[in-house]
Amino acid sequence: MKVLSAPWPWYVAGPLIGLMVPMLLWLGNRSFGISQNLEHLCAITQPRTFGIDYFRYGWRRSTWSVVFMVGVVLGGFLAGVVFANPDPVALSAAAREMFAAWGLSSTGNELLPPQLFSFTPRNALIQVLSGVLVGFGTRYAAGCTSGHAITGLATGQPQSLLAVAGIFAGGMTAAHFIVPYLGH
Amino acid sequence: MGTVFGFVLIRSEAASWYRIQEMFYLQSFHMYGILSSAVVTAFVGVQLMRLMSGRAALDGAPITIPKKAPGRFNYPLGGLLFGLGWGVIGLCPGPMFALASSGSVGVLLALGGALHGAWLYGFMRAWLPR
Repeated sequence: MKVLSAPWPWYVAGPLIGLMVPMLLWLGNRSFGISQNLEHLCAITQPRTFGIDYFRYGWRRSTWSVVFMVGVVLGGFLAGVVFANPDPVALSAAAREMFAAWGLSSTGNELLPPQLFSFTPRNALIQVLSGVLVGFGTRYAAGCTSGHAITGLATGQPQSLLAVAGIFAGGMTAAHFIVPYLGH
Repeated sequence: MGTVFGFVLIRSEAASWYRIQEMFYLQSFHMYGILSSAVVTAFVGVQLMRLMSGRAALDGAPITIPKKAPGRFNYPLGGLLFGLGWGVIGLCPGPMFALASSGSVGVLLALGGALHGAWLYGFMRAWLPR
């Protein structure tokens, strides 16, 4: 069971994730990507009488994608709760020092820093605002890490290269100019 | 397959805020290893599949790779906004779903924010440059 709970190295995880792209195409011409589900969830929950036309489409044609998303939740439950890893995240020494200096280091096996994810008004504001940026940005760019950085790059789409450049520029900016000030 | 993907996201620690910061500070090869080996595997897999059958298993339709719509502004601008949020909260959409059962209210708030962000995009899309 150790193999299920100990962290997997990149050369195991990467190819497994990469296989999603040809497998989904081969099974039924599906394009691997997660963030489209944010729109499907809007379409599913939008009230009939009050709502915007953009989300009035037949989301049932994308049932496979919603099923995939439910699978992701289930897989996350299995890996994170049932076969939880008792050890801390296997970070590099440099990263560990940096998080300690920021006041954001972990004391146990958390994947997320308790200082940012504990329930306080300030944290809730950070979480919701970042979430809005993620939701808005991924739909404006028509894809996220899975749809652009993996599916798009692997199928040679120049638009995905533009999106990935934008994603990394934004991520670098946030990580260097915002995150260091969140711990104190 | 979704279950496998969710499992891998957690087990590889790609769903960890710490791993995302470490990546943006170039302090470890781990995340770059995951992304690049995923892209290489996906590329080789797609090419092999094209050579071997070229038809989908479920309905036998010819496999076509969906092309992203043309656009000059939406891809880099949307990516930039997504990156800003991702850099702070360390969660992209996959890990938001994978961590939904982790018991963290923060993840659910971020997911709720993402849904409202997607809705806001739907509301505003007519005025956005593409």
